[in-house]
Amino acid sequence: MEILEIQNLNKTYGNQKALSDISLTIPKGGIFGLLGPNGAGKTTLIRIINQIIEGDSGEVFFKGEILQSKHISRIGYLPEERGLYKKMKVWDQLVYFARLKDMPAALAKERVGYWLKKMDIISWKDKRIDDLSKGMAQKVQFISTIIHEPELLILDEPFSGFDPLNAEIIKNEIIELKEKGITIVLSTHRMESVELLCDQIAMIHRSHKILEGRLTDIKQQFRPNTYEVTLSGITGILPDRMNARTVNGNAVFSLALGQDSPNSTLTALMQYGEVVGFKEILPSMEEIFIQQIKNHSYE
Amino acid sequence: MNKIWLVIQREYLSRVQKKSFLLATLLTPLIFPSIMGIFLWISIGESENPSLQIIEVVDENNIFFIESSEQYAFSFSKIGAEEGKKMVNDGDRFGFLYIPKIDLSSPSGITYFGEKNPSMSLISFLESSIKRRIEEQRLFESGISPEAINAYRTKVSIKAITLDNSGEEKVTDATVNYAIGFLAGIMIYMFIFIYGNQIMQGVIEEKSSRIIEILVSSIKPFQLMMGKIIGIGAVGLTQFLMWIVLIGGVSSIVMGYFGLQMPQQQAMELANPELGEMMDGQNNIQNILQVINGIDFIQLTLTFIFYFLGGYLLYGAFFAAVGAAVDAPSEAQQFMLPITIPLLVGYLGLFVFVLNDPNSNVSFWLSIIPFTSPIAMMGRVSYGVPLFDLILSMSLLVGGFFFSTWVAGKVYRIGILMHGSKVNYKTLWRWIKTN
Repeated sequence: MEILEIQNLNKTYGNQKALSDISLTIPKGGIFGLLGPNGAGKTTLIRIINQIIEGDSGEVFFKGEILQSKHISRIGYLPEERGLYKKMKVWDQLVYFARLKDMPAALAKERVGYWLKKMDIISWKDKRIDDLSKGMAQKVQFISTIIHEPELLILDEPFSGFDPLNAEIIKNEIIELKEKGITIVLSTHRMESVELLCDQIAMIHRSHKILEGRLTDIKQQFRPNTYEVTLSGITGILPDRMNARTVNGNAVFSLALGQDSPNSTLTALMQYGEVVGFKEILPSMEEIFIQQIKNHSYE
Repeated sequence: MNKIWLVIQREYLSRVQKKSFLLATLLTPLIFPSIMGIFLWISIGESENPSLQIIEVVDENNIFFIESSEQYAFSFSKIGAEEGKKMVNDGDRFGFLYIPKIDLSSPSGITYFGEKNPSMSLISFLESSIKRRIEEQRLFESGISPEAINAYRTKVSIKAITLDNSGEEKVTDATVNYAIGFLAGIMIYMFIFIYGNQIMQGVIEEKSSRIIEILVSSIKPFQLMMGKIIGIGAVGLTQFLMWIVLIGGVSSIVMGYFGLQMPQQQAMELANPELGEMMDGQNNIQNILQVINGIDFIQLTLTFIFYFLGGYLLYGAFFAAVGAAVDAPSEAQQFMLPITIPLLVGYLGLFVFVLNDPNSNVSFWLSIIPFTSPIAMMGRVSYGVPLFDLILSMSLLVGGFFFSTWVAGKVYRIGILMHGSKVNYKTLWRWIKTN
């Protein structure tokens, strides 16, 4: 079942189109990557899901119902531009945010206590945000988005501002939340974290959706049909197009198969030596991302 | 509704718990009575132990006599004008009054020379002394004996009574009404500016710290704006009530220490002994008490609170809109004009028109139009205002408040999410027009 269903969503600012006929299906559970270069329309889409702004036309459904204000408390949002009340104490601030999301006071306090302990910052609870380091404040910010136990969590560049150690902590928290059945929409430029975390992705470029699907399917779809070949004991001279490197006495090169099948290629390769390795090269998300943006920019 | 309440609580507590709030609340009421106390102390000290100033008088007519007071002694002589000026220059005399030969029917050419600018009270004292002497002299010349003049001298003070429809009579005194209207108007004016500014600062803080994006994903912008306006208004009301209690307490201590002197009366007596003499002490205090009894304090307080809050809410929404439209306080200046102008019109109108003639046409309109009424109406209320005018003004103020929050809400909603874009009046107008 899908937690979020977006149908033909449009949004225009003045004479600038921010979203053109976007339709998306975000299934329940799992991590959904929302990709696209700066200015593609991701933030507009996220703001519409958070009911900060409204679309011009089209529908958004949350668990089958038209998105409405009662759903606000079911969604958590970490914006790309972070912000907390600088003069407010950590504890008061988190309780305030939880209660703004309709959580009863007693439960809010219990959850704040739980999360501060879990993130190892309980001793900071009476400090003002001014007095915290940037990474510490980011942790508080992260807690503030999940404190009300949302079903859908929207994270816009969640790793920016964290050092590698804290980024790792946040990454593990995200995986843990996913295992609890929370759906996470991850908007990021960091393709390595997309590859690591996302089950599904959608790519937006210049207000249009240009790609959507399961990460593994997309990788299959865009594989260049290229294999990495490792030969030992080379007999004869390799054709020019095989730019071989020498690794541990073996020749290693990548080979674009073109129209040939892997088996026929293998047969052909045998005459040059012993085939000790023959592995398909799948494209990285980074490569797919750049390729897609380039393709659609020239249209 | 529940969320507005949360915002109100946060805005209120975060300000009330600040040290600066406590300091301002405690120190401000101390400042006024302290200044008053110092003033009283100096004036009492002066009148108890006056340093006598000698003023040389040359009268070419040989008819004038000026009675010396505790502060000034008058020495009459026949020296020349130049010699008199020299005495002032040498510091032998505080001042030199020269009365040339004058035509009693149109006296002119009387001159005072002093090293320092003479005080208003000295000049008016000299003027009234000379005037009285001329009048006496002229009456005498027309054959009326000084005894008869004294016998005919009468004191008149008019007791003003307003009649209301029920036939009830109230003693009124324009001075008391003036003072009440003046104080109430100024307080509302200051309250709107001080706390309106706090609203604006608060909105800019939320916008520039980017916390706004998180807030509006939890609460509707309009609720957030209203919560902030109401919360800060409550802070102002708290501070205001505490001031009244503190000022009342400290003032009565100061007054008690100096022996229950009515400060206004004493100041007036110092400034103009003739007036003091006329204001026959006992009778006057009784009169003021009677006037104060005649004022419906419950009505006055209720209308004050109504206009106090109504004016604040109406302008508060505009302050919030300005805060939302800019990225930093320094940019806010360009949008302050539409707020400052009507407030200033109300403030100046209060002094120029309303307090002087509460029932003129200009006063009527100033007290009806919602942008000026919170300040201007207070000037009329103290004199007594027709019920119809009051109801019309109040309903228009409520209407004005709905209008201003509606307009401001539209600007606020869009403005808070705009960063780094140049905003001008045209942009604001476009925001107001969008749904």
